[in-house]
Amino acid sequence: MKTVIPVEGNDVLAAVRGFLKQLLERGGVEAVLAPMVTPAGAVTPALVSDAAALDAVDPLAPVMGLNAARVVGPVSIREPRGRIAVVLRPCEMRALVELVKLQQASLNDLVTVVIDCTGTYSVPDYDALRANGGVDRAALMAAMATGDLVPQDGFTFRDACEMCEKPHAVGADVMLELFGADLSAGIPVTLPDEMAQALGLSAAEGSGTRVQVVDKVVAARTKVRDARFAEIRQQMDAEGIEGVFASCVRCHNCMTTCPICYCKTCLFKSPIFDHEPIQFMNWARRKGAYRLPADTMLFHLTRLNHMVLSCIGCGVCSDACPADLPVARVFRAVGQQTQAVFEYEPGRDVTEPLPLITFTENEWTSVGEER
Amino acid sequence: MTDEQFEPKIVAFLCNWCTYTGADLAGTSRIQYPPNVRIIRLMCSGSVDPTYVLKALLDGADGVLIGGCHPGDCHYQSGNYKARRRIVALKEILKQAGLDEERVWLRWISASEGQRFADTVTQMTEALKAKGPNPMRQEWAV
Repeated sequence: MKTVIPVEGNDVLAAVRGFLKQLLERGGVEAVLAPMVTPAGAVTPALVSDAAALDAVDPLAPVMGLNAARVVGPVSIREPRGRIAVVLRPCEMRALVELVKLQQASLNDLVTVVIDCTGTYSVPDYDALRANGGVDRAALMAAMATGDLVPQDGFTFRDACEMCEKPHAVGADVMLELFGADLSAGIPVTLPDEMAQALGLSAAEGSGTRVQVVDKVVAARTKVRDARFAEIRQQMDAEGIEGVFASCVRCHNCMTTCPICYCKTCLFKSPIFDHEPIQFMNWARRKGAYRLPADTMLFHLTRLNHMVLSCIGCGVCSDACPADLPVARVFRAVGQQTQAVFEYEPGRDVTEPLPLITFTENEWTSVGEER
Repeated sequence: MTDEQFEPKIVAFLCNWCTYTGADLAGTSRIQYPPNVRIIRLMCSGSVDPTYVLKALLDGADGVLIGGCHPGDCHYQSGNYKARRRIVALKEILKQAGLDEERVWLRWISASEGQRFADTVTQMTEALKAKGPNPMRQEWAV
């Protein structure tokens, strides 16, 4: 059902908090998992069971340090568990869908609440903005009506956000549809009928320009994306992936922050690479010199192999990289082509099987038969 | 190293039930084929982790051959179908990453196809000779 949450005094955040409070008090959930402002002013996901504490949640804060799908897994994966409303960005929702397929999270007892995304700043940029007069939230909210979202002077949105062509809520139980809305009048919401009934909300339509505004934003972002993909592909063709990742320091931050890279027994944390000292000597003798730590390209190529079909483009890998490597651009660009081969779109549909766990007999029938 | 002297090294991951047995048949049938292939026997083409292929290529192998049972003949019902998808994905990723995916060959060779095994190794050796050495052979910074 479609409805509109009333906004008073142009305070969109208060209206969102109010809605989450209602959800907690009357919507049949026992807790809300949402970005929350710590006493120090940082924004982090938190599991909130006390309605009063919801005054500190801030799902509209334009900052992304981690992909919250990572923390939904542990609170949902097995019974007994709480019935939780999880408030996510669209990219986090897509990551959650992939994690469910990878059996690392469960949608049972979960109410997914996804909010159209304004685009986000990196954590350092967000902190700098907070320190220097604050983040202009009103401007961002107003810009959602037209989709003309611009970062504040001297700052840019995260690279992944600038090329995000899926910033709008889809596929969730509850969707706060900010694009195309005059938010001073109210927040258009799509939610299940029984939930609307429990919350005492009646059917109402928003302004109706969401589709056009989303189309416009998607078109603009797709253009940016394609330009950046072309740039990184050119670089990979010219230098190879070993050129693009030449400055990698092997901290594995990209893997640690990646919402899809869930393996607790990751190959690269295993003793497989604890070679005998003499083995390194053999390699050094064979090639004359041998980069250490060893297997840096093997790390990136294996990670591409393991997760690129599920890469949803949140970009936290790039944010986490101390060498400032374009990890997300590489993974998204390679992912786009590889996903296309399997006609797979990560995060699209939880019932769609992962490409590498399924097969049909009558596909790629010429592969392996070459004479 | 001149092209005449270049002898490619092929790392072959062969399934126990079909291609390895096919290679064995090539041997017992005294079929001649180039000595450029180093065979590693696995239980199934479906147990070839793409990381094995990557490790071989990055350490300088000139080619990697994955051999399995023909579709429908897998000893474990579906291992080769899964291998097929994995190798399709791997080759796409190699191509996108600026690496030469043509150095990776997947071939279905049954236990009775000793000649096909010998032909495959011969063709692959020739193709790799034409390509020249894997540049990763000299690359220390990978």
